[in-house]
Amino acid sequence: MPKSLRPFLLSILFLLISVLFSIAIGSVFISPVDVWQTLTGQTANETFKTIILEIRLPRTALILLTGAALAGSGASYQGLFRNPLADPYLIGVASGAGLGAVIAMSIQWPYSFFGLMAVPMAAFIAGMLTVFLVYWIARVGQSVPTTNLILAGTVFSSFATALTSFLMLRSGGELRRALGWLLGGLSLGGWGAVLALLPYVIVGLTMLTLSGHALNLLQFGDEQAQQMGLNASRAKTFILIAASLTTAAAVAFAGIIGFVGLIVPHIVRLWWGGDYRRLIPLSIIGGAAALLLADVVARVIISPQELPIGIVTALAGSPFFLWVLRRAKNQGYW
Amino acid sequence: MIEIKNLNVAYGPRLVLKNISLDVKTGETLALLGPNGSGKSTLIRALSGVAPTASGRLCLAGRDLAGLDAAKRARLMAVVPQTVSLPPAFTVWEMVLLGRTPYLNFLGQISAKDEEIARGALAKVDALSFAERRVGELSGGEQQRVLLARALAQATPVLLLDEPTTHLDLQHQIGLLELVRNLAREENLTVVIALHDLNLAARYADRVALIVDGEIKALGTPKEVLQPEMISAIYHWPVQVLPHPFLDTLLILPDAK
Repeated sequence: MPKSLRPFLLSILFLLISVLFSIAIGSVFISPVDVWQTLTGQTANETFKTIILEIRLPRTALILLTGAALAGSGASYQGLFRNPLADPYLIGVASGAGLGAVIAMSIQWPYSFFGLMAVPMAAFIAGMLTVFLVYWIARVGQSVPTTNLILAGTVFSSFATALTSFLMLRSGGELRRALGWLLGGLSLGGWGAVLALLPYVIVGLTMLTLSGHALNLLQFGDEQAQQMGLNASRAKTFILIAASLTTAAAVAFAGIIGFVGLIVPHIVRLWWGGDYRRLIPLSIIGGAAALLLADVVARVIISPQELPIGIVTALAGSPFFLWVLRRAKNQGYW
Repeated sequence: MIEIKNLNVAYGPRLVLKNISLDVKTGETLALLGPNGSGKSTLIRALSGVAPTASGRLCLAGRDLAGLDAAKRARLMAVVPQTVSLPPAFTVWEMVLLGRTPYLNFLGQISAKDEEIARGALAKVDALSFAERRVGELSGGEQQRVLLARALAQATPVLLLDEPTTHLDLQHQIGLLELVRNLAREENLTVVIALHDLNLAARYADRVALIVDGEIKALGTPKEVLQPEMISAIYHWPVQVLPHPFLDTLLILPDAK
């Protein structure tokens, strides 16, 4: 087996196990055998059928797409801004998208497919606007200093979050439900959300996966990248749009889930190196698997209640990441 | 090979290069000299297309550079930047392969030929032995050689070097410039190199251009340009210029004030 394929096989195996867990485990445990028989139509157990096809599968698909989106765009943001602390959260795209989603929810859309699309569209547009606003504020002449970017992103994030809270408090009942949804409650559920999220994630993550070589060049700075033959500003805009597209879609359908976008790319980097042509797809697979596991834990740990998934990602993700960091063999892995 | 006509470069309202006109012949090594902030690096950046040219023309082998995209330009000239912090996670091999970018498709797929050229570039700078090491583990001299190899992998007729010796010790300064000169001779490269060190310029350049406040003050062979009066006036310090006792080069020594 070529050495370069090993990380992909391992992470895909990890993903398959996570998917199985996600379908099997919940308030009712369904054994892998039953899962298989239900999926292949070999069983007459209607309860299992309902649980798996109408509850667990769409939820699994939604979490998988969200984890993939967050880790894939997180890895890209880190590469784009050449900063190990960058994640979709930090520069404000998630809270901007959240604000957009809440504004859209405050308008009473009819519950139709179009109504369902209005919220993610608003989240997406607001997320994109946030990125460009933060980028524009942080810009000094030709360059965008990382410190400025983080400061502008963090401050705008706080502003957007405050505005979101204000809107929700002012509106009373209807929007208060939005708060739960925004903080990682995946109540929107069902196959509709999955289908609406799918195109954004596929397009965005494909764009990012194709940007690996450009991101490698950008690690040397815009100038050197340009001198090696990359149209740096065009490449950066392309990546920024793709990462924002992906993040905004994830926030719109699954709420704001921190940490996955920060930690998964770092673990991939620590284990398998910083080549973005591999880092992005591996982060996508790893992010999907990690968020699925976090969701399983969120479902069972205080069953029958559900823990917000963001708590699990931070609670389990932080120690795990610190452990990986402690064991890191290469000093200059970043 | 390189023709610069009436080049002006401005950062905002500030004119950094004023009315620069300069020709560099094929196979020639031209050193850009001048005090800090005089515009040497800016000229390198303008040539490589990363500084905004306010007006003027830049031509290479008769072709106007203004209309060229980044990839086409990178097939004509490669840049060796100052040893700044390089992303440490890359291996030497990965980094030198990036020099093949102008010949690759959007995905950066590497062919056997690209690998062969990259290997050749590493061999030229004598860096094959540490090709698998990470860039972050290299010494300053090794990093600079790898940067040179990356530029050589671009397989361009023109090589631009931006103060490549600044952070190197004596041995590595001389080593790098010997290497550049030999490569320039063997492969008939046209070299433009911004330098701090007057002695190194006197020794390794065919011609030098003295740039002060964004203008060319003097242009010619080292012996023509590096006159004590000129240097003293520009650097605001008296200097002695002596012939080297054994070599056909000049020694520029700061005097007592």
